[in-house]
Amino acid sequence: MSNIPTELKYASSHEWLRSEGNGVYTVGITEHAQDLLGDMVFVELPEVGDSVAQGDDVAVAESVKAASDIYAPIAGEILEVNEALTDSPELVNSAPYTDGWMFKIKASDEAEVAGLLDAAGYKNAIDEE
Amino acid sequence: MAQQTVLYAKHLEAGAKVVDFNGWDMPLHYGSQIEEHHAVRQDAGMFDVSHMTIVDLKGTRTREFLRFLLANDVAKLTVPGKALYSGMLNEAGGVIDDLIVYFLTEDFFRLVVNSATREKDLAWINVQAKAFDVSVTERPEFAMIAVQGPNAKAKVATILTAEQQAAVAGMKPFFGVQAGDLFIATTGYTGEDGYEISVPEAQAADFWQQLLDAGVKPAGLGARDTLRLEAGMNLYGQDMDETVSPLAANMGWTIAWEPSDRNFIGRAVLEQQKAAGTDKLVGLVMEQKGVLRHGQRVVVDGGEGEITSGTFSPTLGYSIAMARVPASTGDSAEVDIRGKLVPVKVVKPSFVRMGKKVV
Repeated sequence: MSNIPTELKYASSHEWLRSEGNGVYTVGITEHAQDLLGDMVFVELPEVGDSVAQGDDVAVAESVKAASDIYAPIAGEILEVNEALTDSPELVNSAPYTDGWMFKIKASDEAEVAGLLDAAGYKNAIDEE
Repeated sequence: MAQQTVLYAKHLEAGAKVVDFNGWDMPLHYGSQIEEHHAVRQDAGMFDVSHMTIVDLKGTRTREFLRFLLANDVAKLTVPGKALYSGMLNEAGGVIDDLIVYFLTEDFFRLVVNSATREKDLAWINVQAKAFDVSVTERPEFAMIAVQGPNAKAKVATILTAEQQAAVAGMKPFFGVQAGDLFIATTGYTGEDGYEISVPEAQAADFWQQLLDAGVKPAGLGARDTLRLEAGMNLYGQDMDETVSPLAANMGWTIAWEPSDRNFIGRAVLEQQKAAGTDKLVGLVMEQKGVLRHGQRVVVDGGEGEITSGTFSPTLGYSIAMARVPASTGDSAEVDIRGKLVPVKVVKPSFVRMGKKVV
């Protein structure tokens, strides 16, 4: 019953990806993921300028319940991180697809994006959990 | 099939996220654990604790029996209604459970024990009670609601009868009184003012609704855990169990050594442990980013320990923990957080009381 916007791409590890054009993508975690984790208390973000490979752990979401690694859904360079999460990690809970975004990445191989799940595929993946 | 308390439908109505808790379907939170935590520290919150076990002990030798059964001494209970916190130990000095005992009349005491330990507690108490001709009766027909917070008592007062209000007026901490159909106690697990109220199951849902209408916010197990940890209160099964001495669990204050001729279960072993020395349970504070968690390794001068309970403290805004460490531990330590050694302060395991920071 979780909200899964159809215009986004998804990784089975619960990150979402939104195309901003020019090979730039915004990444966050899904509503389902934040619901599993509970109230967020810290978000450790990557460094701007970092080059990451697909599947690298690049961020950590610490909730009241657990510390959870956030993985890069595609390879690329980190262009920007959401500084607002430093003071307001709860944005990940209240607005996971908008104000609670985590970082922006410049894809090094946009073909990787095509290999991610669409909304229906992600829904199937979480229904099977 | 997990058991459900009589308030289960009320939890679903309030939007609870339900989890299995030792065989019980219990609310983890009703949306935000942190908001529920703050409601208890700043106003009034309520917890369904109906899964806890009430055990009534009756017989002319009940006091004598409890002086043998418990490490704390019920001889301290001289005024009817007065309550005492105690460990119930095995012969090896390990903690079978921690509990609250109420002195009601000379031949009637009441215990409230943990739900996870219910079966072994009842078995142990029954075996030990035989020699004292004490009857042991579980009271599952009561639901229990903990109403906690600076405004808890005032909000409860609005739904009590005049007789019940009179019965609880001026009641000091750690007392219990039967007031009409309710057993109302000034106890809790949050470090705040408030009551723990036993109510007949048939009336529990209405009582819960009245509390809601009076402005008391439902709070789940998640907030219960962060509140008790801020208050420096142990969680059975996590901070201590049958393999742990109360001396190594910050429960030394609950052992009544005097009078020295009182024999209680576990005493002989505890005396040896006291002479030899044990590990200790301390508090840890980490003001930098990150969260201390159960099971993390604690490195101290000349040894190692382990975090028994760790969390993010919503009141303080940083992480706190309880850890069992060597007795020689000083005022600093390092915690292994996913491979990184992070410095922490070592303090007495009590962080927040009555809404105020105490570290």
